[in-house]
Amino acid sequence: MNRFVYLDNSATTPVKPEVLEVMLPYLKDEYGNPSSIYKKAAASSAAVSKAREQVAAALGAESNEIFFTACGTEADNWAIKGAAFANQQKGKHIISSQIEHHAVLHSLEYLEKQGFSVTYLPVDKEGRVNPEDLKNAITDETILVTIMMANNEVGTIEPIAELAKIAHEKKVLFHTDAVQAVGSVPVDVKALDVDMLSLSAHKFGGPKGVGALYIKKGTKIDTFMHGGAQERNRRAGTENVAGIAGLGEAITLATKNLPDKIKRLETLRNKLIDGVLKTIPDSHVNGSLTDRLPGNANFCFRYIEGEALLLRLDAKGVAASSGSACTSGSLDPSHVLLALGLPHEVAHGSLRLSIGEQNTEEDIDYVLEILPGIVQILRMMSPLFPGN
Amino acid sequence: MYSEKVMDHFENPRNVGEIADANAIGQVGNAKCGDIMKIYMKIEDGVIQDCSFKTFGCGAAIATSSMATEMVKGKTVEEARQLTNAAVMEALDGLPPAKVHCSVLAEEAIEAAIEDYYKRNNLTFEPKKKCSGCCGSCDHHHE
Repeated sequence: MNRFVYLDNSATTPVKPEVLEVMLPYLKDEYGNPSSIYKKAAASSAAVSKAREQVAAALGAESNEIFFTACGTEADNWAIKGAAFANQQKGKHIISSQIEHHAVLHSLEYLEKQGFSVTYLPVDKEGRVNPEDLKNAITDETILVTIMMANNEVGTIEPIAELAKIAHEKKVLFHTDAVQAVGSVPVDVKALDVDMLSLSAHKFGGPKGVGALYIKKGTKIDTFMHGGAQERNRRAGTENVAGIAGLGEAITLATKNLPDKIKRLETLRNKLIDGVLKTIPDSHVNGSLTDRLPGNANFCFRYIEGEALLLRLDAKGVAASSGSACTSGSLDPSHVLLALGLPHEVAHGSLRLSIGEQNTEEDIDYVLEILPGIVQILRMMSPLFPGN
Repeated sequence: MYSEKVMDHFENPRNVGEIADANAIGQVGNAKCGDIMKIYMKIEDGVIQDCSFKTFGCGAAIATSSMATEMVKGKTVEEARQLTNAAVMEALDGLPPAKVHCSVLAEEAIEAAIEDYYKRNNLTFEPKKKCSGCCGSCDHHHE
């Protein structure tokens, strides 16, 4: 009964033991400030350089194109506001999608208040942006396109290479929020041909409090944090050395043997999806069954509400998340599910189970064992359930 | 985030289901907002002999429904109309601020069932102030 199954790996992942080992020296004896010139600081400085090379290698970038930040949200804020302000004499129009993370959406809302205009492209019922829509939305005023690589809720993978090509044909910068993609699917900045890409360490076995922004050489972008000369004068602030070292190690580990890892996670996920659809009536999968993050499963169960579902799962030791209003902190259910065309009442009953490397087949069996009963209990309580 | 009492009423809800011979039924909220409460009552000689609920909604919605039905059972209709959302919240050892509207719904669901009883018996019903169940749509103050 004390079983614990963590299926919220899209929210965060456990720090891998090897990553923690790499971090510990910089939280203990190697406390030197990487900017100092004496010998004591050499280890810290070397750790930051090594991590930068590790991130660059994982993304197919040059190490001087990698800038460490405090989180994925900061990387998104910097890319969007930095590129918008640096290029505003060219125009004040930005294009994004309706299913972005709030780190992107709220940055864009801020820019709208500063006089920029933003087009939010719709998505199809599986959550995909149509490249034709991007082509039609670009105007002479457009300076930036920001579209996520993989959606955090429904796991849909966007055709980034194709979208970036369209932007570049019109000489428009392209940023992608790849926070959910890095470590889960192959991400190569050259193959994608993006100008900026955001990532976050804690989504792939690294620590919280550290992220990175890839900025292609020659990209015009404002400094985000003003102060010292860190990050080549572009992002001031004494480096989070332990976090950065952890990020470097985590991205190396996460991108090693990626095809095998993807295959394993997809097998578990497909077992979960098939099992749920087979045993729970009036359930369906949100998102795409083909262009999807390997560990993501997102369902809607009609006639019940997501938060109640999460609490009942938690009582049985399963950690998951939902796009219901009660978990979004607002009155509306997830903007992503609504953009996919789901009615409000159906979107309230969503459940995201995100599988990570540490999950086993037994974990999936356990969820399949308890979930149908939980859904049934809540349905018996629901005035909407026609079976009642 | 929830008190132990809320979790108890959520995990072991009292009075779930329908009452076959209910003579007062009220429903409030809407599916779009993510909360619907339906209250069933069996009223005899002006006293609520039995009360049950069915709720579509979050943990707090289920817990407040459960608590509200417990609180009005055995009361006269007039007494039950005095039930406030604040009293339901207090009985549950409080609710997070974002969930206060659930207790308002519970109060209003009880009121809706009683209104149904008045109408069935051709009695004059003086309504209290109501809201739609969607926070932000009304102006009355919830403690």
